Amino acid sequence: MSGILETPAERLLEAVRGLLTAKGIMTTDEIAERIRITDGGSPAQGARMVAKAWTDPDYKALMLRDGTAAAEMLAIPMRGLPPLGVLEDTEAVHNLVVCTLCSCYPRAVLGYPPFWFKSAAYRARAVRDPRGLLGEWGTVLPDGQKLRVVDSTADYRWMVLPQRPAGTEGWSEAQLAAIVREGDMIGVTVPKAG
Amino acid sequence: MIAPGTQVRVKLNWPETRGPCHIRTPHYVRGETGVVERHLGDFPNPEDLAFARPAAVVSLYHVRFDPKPFWPEGVAPDELVIEIFEHWLEAAP
Repeated sequence: MSGILETPAERLLEAVRGLLTAKGIMTTDEIAERIRITDGGSPAQGARMVAKAWTDPDYKALMLRDGTAAAEMLAIPMRGLPPLGVLEDTEAVHNLVVCTLCSCYPRAVLGYPPFWFKSAAYRARAVRDPRGLLGEWGTVLPDGQKLRVVDSTADYRWMVLPQRPAGTEGWSEAQLAAIVREGDMIGVTVPKAG
Repeated sequence: MIAPGTQVRVKLNWPETRGPCHIRTPHYVRGETGVVERHLGDFPNPEDLAFARPAAVVSLYHVRFDPKPFWPEGVAPDELVIEIFEHWLEAAP
């Protein structure tokens, strides 16, 4: 066992894959499929959902009720993943997502978490001084908008449905999706037109 | 099942002082009082799953807290919502 921490990651990965198949837990095809699904996750997937919700009230209602179903409707693979919850920003409330325990993150719709999302500094400050943290991102909430921090600690994965920015009237879904960034769906930033 | 709107307290419990464990209840909220927002679903207890033990299905809630009383600087968010399993909740005092 000594030296396992020094062993190159590729060799460990090879060993784990070998064990998974040798013990009949997963086939090589299933492993390849899971890698393909994981690599398919990216903020562009979440942005497609946000853009559709901005233009289709029925879709928005589904997304808020059942994020997993809304993702699947856009052909985003969700099978075997934790349920996706969607937090709606309004004029009255701004949502910010953090996982203070580790790095729970809705990977199917946002991809791999950014490095800062996993940092001790973000995880501590998001619950303790979130307005200070948002200020460093250049995000200042309007007077009267409540700041709601969601600590993602267990079996759900959360994304934010931000408010559609002014100046995007008449835009297509594709145009809208192009302005939605990773941070907008975590809540550290808000989308801007252009 | 705990009804939405019910006042609850997070147990002031520190299993990590008694041996190896896996806990999804953040330190900073233990012993604090909040309000159940909604039942999120039922999941095998991760405290057992982490050790490959048989895991009972437990209810998970979104619980809302006013975090200002438990952070000293007065710059906490307006509200904090945390996923907490039922066995970590007790009736509010």
